[in-house]
Amino acid sequence: MGKEKQPSGKLASAGNAVANFFKWLGADLADIGSTFVNGDWKTKVSFIIMGFGPLMRKQFVRGAAFLLVEIAFFYYLISFGWGYLKDINTLGTQGRGFNPDGTVSYGDNSFLILLYGLLTITLILMFIFVWRMNVRQNRNAELMLKEGKKLPTVKQDLMSLLDEHFDKTLLALPVLGVFVFVMLPILFMICVAFTNYDANHQAPAQLFTWVGFENFKNLFSFGSTGFGSTFLTVLVWTLIWAFFATFLNYFLGMAVAILINKKGIKFKKLWRTILVMTIAIPQFVSLLYVGKMFAADGLVNGYLLKWGIISQAIPFWTNPTLAKVMIIVINVWIGIPYVMLICTGLLMNIPADLYESARIDGANPFQMFMKITLPYMLFVTGPYLLTSFTGNLNNFNVIYLLSQGGPQSMNLTGNAGYTDLLVTWLYKMTINSTDYKMAAVIGIMVFVVTAVISLVVYNILPSVKDEEGFQ
Amino acid sequence: MTAKRKVSNGIAYAVLILISIVWLFPFVCLVLQSFRSYKLEHGGMVDYLLPKTFSLDSYAYLFSSDCQFFRWYGNTLTIAVFVAIFQTIFVLCVSYALSRMRFKGREALMRLWLILGMFPGFLTMICLYFLLKQFGLTQEGAVPGLILIGFASSGMGYYVCKGYFDTIPKSLDEAARIDGANRFQVFTIMLIPLSKPIIIYTALVAFMAPWCDYIFASYVAFGYSDSYNVAVAMQRWVFTNDYQGFFTRFCAGGVLVAVPITILFMCLQKYYVEGVTGGAVKG
Repeated sequence: MGKEKQPSGKLASAGNAVANFFKWLGADLADIGSTFVNGDWKTKVSFIIMGFGPLMRKQFVRGAAFLLVEIAFFYYLISFGWGYLKDINTLGTQGRGFNPDGTVSYGDNSFLILLYGLLTITLILMFIFVWRMNVRQNRNAELMLKEGKKLPTVKQDLMSLLDEHFDKTLLALPVLGVFVFVMLPILFMICVAFTNYDANHQAPAQLFTWVGFENFKNLFSFGSTGFGSTFLTVLVWTLIWAFFATFLNYFLGMAVAILINKKGIKFKKLWRTILVMTIAIPQFVSLLYVGKMFAADGLVNGYLLKWGIISQAIPFWTNPTLAKVMIIVINVWIGIPYVMLICTGLLMNIPADLYESARIDGANPFQMFMKITLPYMLFVTGPYLLTSFTGNLNNFNVIYLLSQGGPQSMNLTGNAGYTDLLVTWLYKMTINSTDYKMAAVIGIMVFVVTAVISLVVYNILPSVKDEEGFQ
Repeated sequence: MTAKRKVSNGIAYAVLILISIVWLFPFVCLVLQSFRSYKLEHGGMVDYLLPKTFSLDSYAYLFSSDCQFFRWYGNTLTIAVFVAIFQTIFVLCVSYALSRMRFKGREALMRLWLILGMFPGFLTMICLYFLLKQFGLTQEGAVPGLILIGFASSGMGYYVCKGYFDTIPKSLDEAARIDGANRFQVFTIMLIPLSKPIIIYTALVAFMAPWCDYIFASYVAFGYSDSYNVAVAMQRWVFTNDYQGFFTRFCAGGVLVAVPITILFMCLQKYYVEGVTGGAVKG
């Protein structure tokens, strides 16, 4: 996605990275040691009382900030964090019960223990980071004073947050937001995949606990109770769906764009505007409506019955194969306009003289498309195809608003239906059967599928290998 | 013009007209059915398209006091406006930092966010619900809760905007800095005015997303109808309620939602196209 070097082809160098990490860690520890040994007493005290050095060197704001961080951290840890962290290896032992006097005793809450335990662990890591910063700043300040330089004033410190340290100001809130609302929850759910958190182990009434790889075994077990065959069915359909949703839309969209761009076609803007309607109108209106149009008692069946073309309603949403075809076809209606918009601009970038010389050489339009247009478009839109494919793997709206994953079947476990994608299945497990542990496992599988496809495709994309290729 | 070209253009027109009909047909149906009379012809699904009598029954119901439609509409609009504002600010901040500045951990941050982005969003639903609940932002407080969830992690969607910033020459920054501007001034005075198209694109996309948010909205507002947004409420009309009675009302509500958004979108279409195209190529 980004232009920067991605984690591509890094498997081989992963070992290297680990080695580098330990090398860095060793060097860092040695640096901390020498700071302590060579530092003056202000620096040495700062190892225990953060901010002591800056306070003594009259950098009051910095010093107070460090000191406050330390106080807040230990207050949090003692009054709150440790109480949860100490139970994280069992996730609680005391279930809800009754005291001898008949009142309810609430016992441990596994959910809170896991969530706040994780929070505490990450806060400890962050504290270590701040502590390291504290040590480094002490050393720097000491060296600066030795060289006879002046330390930055409060005003300079604050101004640097708008200049050389502007990145910290800009990123503080977004990074915090991602940490609280994405990273922490994802860590939590990854942990849930290794517990037995489900309808029978609902916090706060009941405890749940670690079960190791039990849930993953369940996902790949093909017996009558296992999730194996359902998982395979859903996974295969997810991949088929993503393939068609991406490439069918891509080629049809390109075709429409070429058609509109054709010489001599008038009202180009009008045609584009009509197509773009499906982007503009919220999907929950358009898809719900179209879904209902094809229902057994919907408009399409109604007219076909009335005109005598069919004698009974076509089971658009109750026949698995038909439902799958319908979803792919209706998605074309939603998806073509995006591709058309993207292609329209790009098609105009292809130098006209390429086509001119091809025409002189006697190429027909089809040959020109295959030899000039298509290679260029594939080259330029490679990254789009990748993101579109991974986006479609998780395309919740189209599936859920059209078929809700149905038709359901007794052959499938976990409430799955024949048009369920992994994400809609995950959603159903969370909402309908509150089988959080399996939902978490499915979520991890979605990640694995997305990551593998991204890595593999990213490494074969021509535009990544050869940025100058078509210029 | 040769005869051959005339024929091929004729075919092209025929195809385009056919496509246009297919594209517009459902919307025409939606509008037509919204005008069907509730009293005379029942509000459910029927097997004919043209209403026998045109009436505004369904719209009247939406405006009446029996129905909280405008409360839901207001909820959605509030969410959409705030999410659009905050999300745009977040995305601009992240994009500037990642495009213009080189700092320790920059690559690591981008890689981490890329990896986090590969997890499906619904995975963390129960955890987010719990977090919101801690702050009292579910049920009655669902609207601010949904705003918070809507923009809090939006920094991760910086790709298109950063790609745009990358195309603005860095020499402009250098020149301004030589003239004594600090980075904050470069960002606010110089770069933001240059980025009007991408700002509009970001805000537009952010504004449109909450109108479709059914999943999380229904989960957070669970059972508290004052906090519903239009998607949740109307979804319920179609699925859980007796949709035989509510179908034309759904159509009418759909029209009321779709018309302003479509007009807004069409006005800003130019910027949307620019953003989508840039994003596709740069990835």
